[in-house]
Amino acid sequence: MPKTAARRAGRRGPRRHTRRDLAVLCVLLGLPILLDLVLVWGPTMASIGLSFTDWDGVGDIEWAGLGNYTHLFTDYPQFWPAVRNNLLWLAALGLLAAPFGLLLAALVDRGVRFSRFYQSTLYMPVVLSLAVVGFITQLILSRDQGALNALLGSERDPVDWLGDPDLNIWMILLAACWRHTGYVMILYLAGLKSVDPTLKEAAAVDGATERQTFFRVVLPALRPVNVIVGVITVIEALRAFDIVYAVNKGRNGLELLSVLVTDNIVGEASRIGFGSAIAVVLLLVSLGFIVTYLVQELRGEERR
Amino acid sequence: MVRSWGDGPGESAHRPVRAVPRRSVLRSVAAGAGAVALPSLLAACGNGPGDGVTLGSNASDAVPKRAYADAIAAYEKKSKKPVKVNTVNHENFQENINRYLQGTPDDVFTWFAGYRMQYFARKGLLADISDLWRKFDGFSDAVKKQSTGEDGKQYFVPYYYYPWAVFHRKGVFRTRGYEIPRTFDQYRALARQMQKDGLTPFAFGDKEGWPAMGTFDYLDMRANGYDFHIALMRGEKSWTSPQVRQVFDLWRSLLPYHQKGANGRTWQEAAQSLQGKKAGMAVLGLQHPGQQFTAENRADLDLFPFPEIDPAFGQEAVEAPMDGFLMAKKARHREAARDLLAFLATPQAELAYLKRDPNNVAANGVAGTQTYDALQKKAVRLVSGARQIAQFMDRDTRPDFASTVLIQALQQFIGDPDDIDGLVNSIERQKARIFAAD
Repeated sequence: MPKTAARRAGRRGPRRHTRRDLAVLCVLLGLPILLDLVLVWGPTMASIGLSFTDWDGVGDIEWAGLGNYTHLFTDYPQFWPAVRNNLLWLAALGLLAAPFGLLLAALVDRGVRFSRFYQSTLYMPVVLSLAVVGFITQLILSRDQGALNALLGSERDPVDWLGDPDLNIWMILLAACWRHTGYVMILYLAGLKSVDPTLKEAAAVDGATERQTFFRVVLPALRPVNVIVGVITVIEALRAFDIVYAVNKGRNGLELLSVLVTDNIVGEASRIGFGSAIAVVLLLVSLGFIVTYLVQELRGEERR
Repeated sequence: MVRSWGDGPGESAHRPVRAVPRRSVLRSVAAGAGAVALPSLLAACGNGPGDGVTLGSNASDAVPKRAYADAIAAYEKKSKKPVKVNTVNHENFQENINRYLQGTPDDVFTWFAGYRMQYFARKGLLADISDLWRKFDGFSDAVKKQSTGEDGKQYFVPYYYYPWAVFHRKGVFRTRGYEIPRTFDQYRALARQMQKDGLTPFAFGDKEGWPAMGTFDYLDMRANGYDFHIALMRGEKSWTSPQVRQVFDLWRSLLPYHQKGANGRTWQEAAQSLQGKKAGMAVLGLQHPGQQFTAENRADLDLFPFPEIDPAFGQEAVEAPMDGFLMAKKARHREAARDLLAFLATPQAELAYLKRDPNNVAANGVAGTQTYDALQKKAVRLVSGARQIAQFMDRDTRPDFASTVLIQALQQFIGDPDDIDGLVNSIERQKARIFAAD
């Protein structure tokens, strides 16, 4: 008898949850998991499945095997330019806009004159939606009626900033960077404010130059911000869409993977299978970054 | 608080206190879910039969929207029946048409004639109105053909059309002594002359992707005939054929006379340069320059039919996109919808519209032309003299082919007109893939 009682006690000891607790736990955990499955994994799997089919959104779904992918890689003239543009976007935001944002943040943080003014001016573009940025771009860069050509006085042979497929992507990247710089600057500014000033003092006592202090002491202390900036930059580059759509619907030199997905699936075209194949490519690219990031983070966790 | 399924007395002491907030949280979650579901339930109730026919309209621009409102008001006054108009942004309406028709569409909705209508008829999403058509009066055979599905039944109530032609300013032609060209050689010679006189011969913008389609269609119909053009649009002819190459060759010979940088220019900007006398001519639809010209300049706007290329085909085909109405298969107020459609097919209904929006022409031939201005009268003559009527590239072919292949291909041609070979091969490969889909 005492033995059973002991066993019972032993079993009940660590199990602190009553059935009612379990029910609540199940609901509270189950709901998010269910939502995650329905809203994230469901559509993802559906996209992957649909990418192997032909479907116009009305009739029957027909199996197409790898047909959509071979067509995409070989015969779809917009695909490779779109991949190239997405990578350019990533490079421009990551290599130009982000470092420039850091520079501006460091300058503002050092307390140049009118730093409040610079801060708000540089941050302004961030509150504008990219669609508005696209519209502003048009006002400035339109070939016949734009402000830039009027300023340059090139009436005779105006530069077609937005219509020339070799030129327009750079103009748009400039506009996208203009916006991203402000974003990055604000993030670093918040980070710089939280860096312990005694670190800098210690470095100064040790005889470090200002440059060394910044790169060897301050920047490593900003690691969490660096990670956030990296993640945001990748996200912004992969989801880029609205600015080119506002300018010319993402055609003629401004192709992006997100635009191709929209063109094929959302519009009257309804090439849902084919559009899904493009979406899967975008998913794979995103997964590459997500996996790298997670691996880094988990390793960092272990080391800590 | 009685708890029938409690476990141990040791833990239950604090339980009731915690259970209350937890429960209320759950309850509020449930209430929240209800709040999300409720509006859609209400919406489902609100559309029950008995509260009048609904009309889905894509006329979101100010002028057509007011014009439709006038026409519907005329119907309500005559029939004493209410009509609920749901206006949706023009582009969104088109983009969502598939889901719209499969969901809960309005009883009657605005759409386009030709293949773009037949496609939905084939999918079984439209209601057959052949019996209504038997009572219709005043539509030409060409118009009836554009309202007919591939199964020989009528689905479409034509409302108005706007022919494409070469637009120009009378004043400019008069002062410079230009003659209306009838053949392609005269056309090109005129362009050369304009260039010499310091005018840009052709105002041209293709930023939206569709305006250049009009020029392609006309070149193809003049050089290869209407039947070839339609067969090409239906995917039955090859894009690598010598006929299509010839079209691009002809176009390339004209491109030096077109405004440069067309891919970065909207059609509005192009039409404005025609109005500003910077450009001499423009291939556009009746709606387009009409909307951009001020009232006093409108009288100076004129058109001539696209010139002849192959004498075998002359100038017999005209491109005249037609807008009108369809009834959804899922319509819930069938009789009311048919009554409305019958009214919309009458000349009064069309004239009520055109009074507000004079940049189109009534599809019904009986509609009196006395209210028309000179340009509209000319447009009527152009279409009534036509042997065949084409709708427009993006209405005569599959929507997916037009929007994901042809728009890009024409823009590529405008940017780089010398690689015709690579262009037609690329189009043909994509066409084979798209038309194989079903």
